[in-house]
Amino acid sequence: MEYEVIVVGGGHAGCEAALATARMGHSTLLITGNIKNIADMPCNPSIGGPAKGIVVREIDALGGEMGKNADKAALQVKMLNTKKGPAVQALRAQEDKIIYPQEMLKTIKNQNNLSVKESLVEDLIVENNKIQGVILEDGTKILCKAVILTTGTYLKSNILVGSEKKAEGPHGERPSKFLSESLRKLGFTILRLKTGTPPRIEKSSIDFTKTSLELGDNISHTFSFENKVYYDVENQEPCYLIYTNDETHKIINNNLEKSSMYGGYVEGIGPRYCPSIEDKVVRFKDKSRHQLFLEPESKYYDDIYIQGFSTSMPYDVQEKMVHSLSGLEHAKIKKYAYAIEYDAIDARQLKQSLETKLVENLFTAGQINGTSGYEEAAGQGLIAGINASLKLEGKPSFVLKRNESYIGVLIDDLVTKGVKDPYRLLTSRAEYRLLLRHDNADLRLREYGYELGLVQEDNYQTFLQKKKDIQELFKLLENNKITPTNEVNSYLKNQNSAELKDGITLYNLLKRPEITIEHIKHFIDISYDEEVCYQVEINIRYEGYIKKALHEAEKMLLLENKKIPEDINYEEIPNIASEARQKLAEIRPTSIGQASRISGVNPADISILMIYLRKRERND
Amino acid sequence: MKDTIVAISTALGKGAISIVRISGENAIPIVNEIFMGKDLTTAPSHTIHYGYIKEKEELIDEVLVTIMKSPRTFTMEDIVEINCHGGIITTNRILEIILLHGARIAEAGEFTKRAFLNGRIDLTQAEAVMDLIESKSDIARRQALGQLQGKLSNHIQNLREKIKDLLASIEVNIDYPEYYDIEIVTIDKIKATSKELLKELEKLLEDAKSGSVIKEGIKTIIIGRPNVGKSSILNSLLGQEKAIVTDIEGTTRDIVEGNINIDGICLNMIDTAGIRNTEDKIEKIGVEKSLSLINDANLILLVLNGAEVLTEQDLELLKKVDKEKTIVVLNKNDLESKLQEKDIKDFQVVSTNTKEEDGIRCLKEKIKDLFNLEKIENIDTTYLSNARQVSLIKKSYDILMNILDEIEKDLPIDMLTIDLKNIFDLLGEVIGEEYSEEIIDHLFANFCVGK
Repeated sequence: MEYEVIVVGGGHAGCEAALATARMGHSTLLITGNIKNIADMPCNPSIGGPAKGIVVREIDALGGEMGKNADKAALQVKMLNTKKGPAVQALRAQEDKIIYPQEMLKTIKNQNNLSVKESLVEDLIVENNKIQGVILEDGTKILCKAVILTTGTYLKSNILVGSEKKAEGPHGERPSKFLSESLRKLGFTILRLKTGTPPRIEKSSIDFTKTSLELGDNISHTFSFENKVYYDVENQEPCYLIYTNDETHKIINNNLEKSSMYGGYVEGIGPRYCPSIEDKVVRFKDKSRHQLFLEPESKYYDDIYIQGFSTSMPYDVQEKMVHSLSGLEHAKIKKYAYAIEYDAIDARQLKQSLETKLVENLFTAGQINGTSGYEEAAGQGLIAGINASLKLEGKPSFVLKRNESYIGVLIDDLVTKGVKDPYRLLTSRAEYRLLLRHDNADLRLREYGYELGLVQEDNYQTFLQKKKDIQELFKLLENNKITPTNEVNSYLKNQNSAELKDGITLYNLLKRPEITIEHIKHFIDISYDEEVCYQVEINIRYEGYIKKALHEAEKMLLLENKKIPEDINYEEIPNIASEARQKLAEIRPTSIGQASRISGVNPADISILMIYLRKRERND
Repeated sequence: MKDTIVAISTALGKGAISIVRISGENAIPIVNEIFMGKDLTTAPSHTIHYGYIKEKEELIDEVLVTIMKSPRTFTMEDIVEINCHGGIITTNRILEIILLHGARIAEAGEFTKRAFLNGRIDLTQAEAVMDLIESKSDIARRQALGQLQGKLSNHIQNLREKIKDLLASIEVNIDYPEYYDIEIVTIDKIKATSKELLKELEKLLEDAKSGSVIKEGIKTIIIGRPNVGKSSILNSLLGQEKAIVTDIEGTTRDIVEGNINIDGICLNMIDTAGIRNTEDKIEKIGVEKSLSLINDANLILLVLNGAEVLTEQDLELLKKVDKEKTIVVLNKNDLESKLQEKDIKDFQVVSTNTKEEDGIRCLKEKIKDLFNLEKIENIDTTYLSNARQVSLIKKSYDILMNILDEIEKDLPIDMLTIDLKNIFDLLGEVIGEEYSEEIIDHLFANFCVGK
């Protein structure tokens, strides 16, 4: 056997999965339909955003690749939600669609234990419910111990434009025709999902004077905790803001039946949180305009992506729609918009480790599990890779909890609730988001990454130093007091802060809403770097709220730690409502906490389940 | 799988009709075995059947049998109700026969427990059933019934919806930060909604006081130094209402001298160490001891002798009591008054003597005023009716106060959402939509589950 692990698909999930297994010492083969499409960004030219940006930070903290790679390909970077508080801030970067895949391919090629093969996987070899290998389109069999499926939109995909339907993936690539059928035969429930992408416009054909400029931040940011800045802060690529208008809406309404979606040509279910422009016009009739962003795709070609304008209208209608937009009257469409539908599996058939419940050592990650988004895919890919490795090593699986990462929230949601439409991560899906901040992803996860062998020694040492510095700075502020001297009080007065009557520690002074760490520096020499100061500042300033969030999280963990024995027979539990009984038996949650999040399982059912478990414990 | 339970659902005694209720998987087959008439196993749900209950060949009673099939029943299980002729002997006989045929006797509140566990009613409703069973007065019964119908739950649900709406619009702003057209939730909106909620919770807490008055009655003590006429006032209050005078001990730590019903509200007369028997007991146990009783009471009737100058002891008592819950009863107004007005000017005062009924009626009016009894009786209010509910609402109230406080200090929105979410969960706990260990413990304590 040449390879221990085979990863099927080279998108964002596949790359993370393959790098993780290889880095954890397992010989890995990445099979992709086209090497050119490794780490391809077939839709929006950006990475990050609310919640998603934090996922990228988490991937980096765990030793994954997306953060580093996104830093290398950044064109414009912005911190979002800066005014709404530290919990919801997130980084979003416009990315170069040429550089991003190029850099990722370089990393993959340089990785020990990792090979790449161009082919399509059309079947799986399964014996006694355990994966043995894959069969390629030409009938070649490759044996292995574990398989990770990261097929993206390529499972039986159709590209839809108006009434036209072509059996192909993005860029006209060949889809896998039979793999989803073999999954169905193995017992998987197959879902049909849909997504879409907007038209791309030739940059020189746009009149930018009719648009408003959207710039990046004037300070540099990075996703990766390595903090290497590759882009020129002074020369970031701009984006532009425009709006749809009455004319656009009229064209859409008049041609609604011609779109694949409203013409009834689509079987798949589209994403609620990323609707097509026709959906927006139909669903929000009272809105006279919708916002669109013109975003650059690369420095190396001049396509402009119209964010917010995805559609499945036929070409002639797309022309009219685009030309109705202010500034785009004479725009030249380089690539038309399309909808794409594809097969996915029901993620409730997965364990928290992303191993399937039906076939041992078979893992799935990314769009095949019903998610949308590069970041969601990459996060799952990393976890699937980690857990495939741990499984081969005979170690317990690695499951992140909802109070320690967005990745944990994402996977728990998927395997517990399943999806109806492509799942997008939102900050509101996290109950304890004050704990899951952009700034503390390393403090939450670096240790795990190091223990797993994914974080390199030098990065780990940097992290340990940071932790030490944070502790020292806390101590420094706790141990130093200022007294109500004239000098102190006049300084405070100048900062619109109340004058002192008694002595106060700097720690407590920093609790005042108007006082920042910069003000503290007036009283004491602080030589720690910005990240350390920021960490300490947040933790002191929001101490009360962080404590509250921790308390809530502890309550959740209590339920999470109430394990449900694997051999539980739900038929034996009296009184549980039949819907709940069926869902519990299907999903087989591992804890009371997980059980309580299953839709259709009511609080009363949980009470009964807990009572049953208490009795059972007593009898044992 | 699950026991079939049976109980006599009507009060045992003189009624013309008694109802024996059976719930569980075997309810219908069990009754069918002892029923002479139609085959009940094939009877459609929610139908009534005429026939006889028989044991072997002996006819026990002529009955009407109601068949109600799962899930549209109170317990969501099959329920059979046998309307038989009242009288202890017949009813008990039928109960015995059913027990012989495989049902077991229901524990206290077990029908309710099943209704709750089967998801038919929520926690507040389950609590309401308990209240209904134990209700001491008509108003208390109506309150419990209102809660059973989900009035409190609906009200709490509405409050939760308001929070949910606010949270949803905040979330949209966070998750779609660059969609400038979406209404930006300003701090002002959070402020306004928080204030609105604060008012609602304030009202719930205010009403809760009435709620507990309705449910528990008004804990009343009569104090005064010896020989001012406490016992005669107590007796005339009791006598007029023909209250049952009993010494009930054990359920509470108070010794209830008697219950007086004033327009549907129960006054629980607390014996301050036997005022009826030994007039000088107050002196014996000392003011210190009776102070704790004074603090505990909802209503204090401080009796003074109007025909005498106030003694030091009288003045001491006037100083110790809470004016808000005290009525000064000036006894012996048929004699010449020697009282200094200024000593009692801050108090509600009633002049009385035990020879005329007027004074007593006056006292009753004052009590009604003090507790807003008119309002309780007439307005159909939603009440929190137990300590669990009240403490959760209090917590929510405190958090709202904190929100309003922090807004002034420019706390960012993401922090405020933590508080809002917390209130949403606490309100959910009131109606059992959120669960915590406490609720499970509450279940174990009140429903004897897990035996």
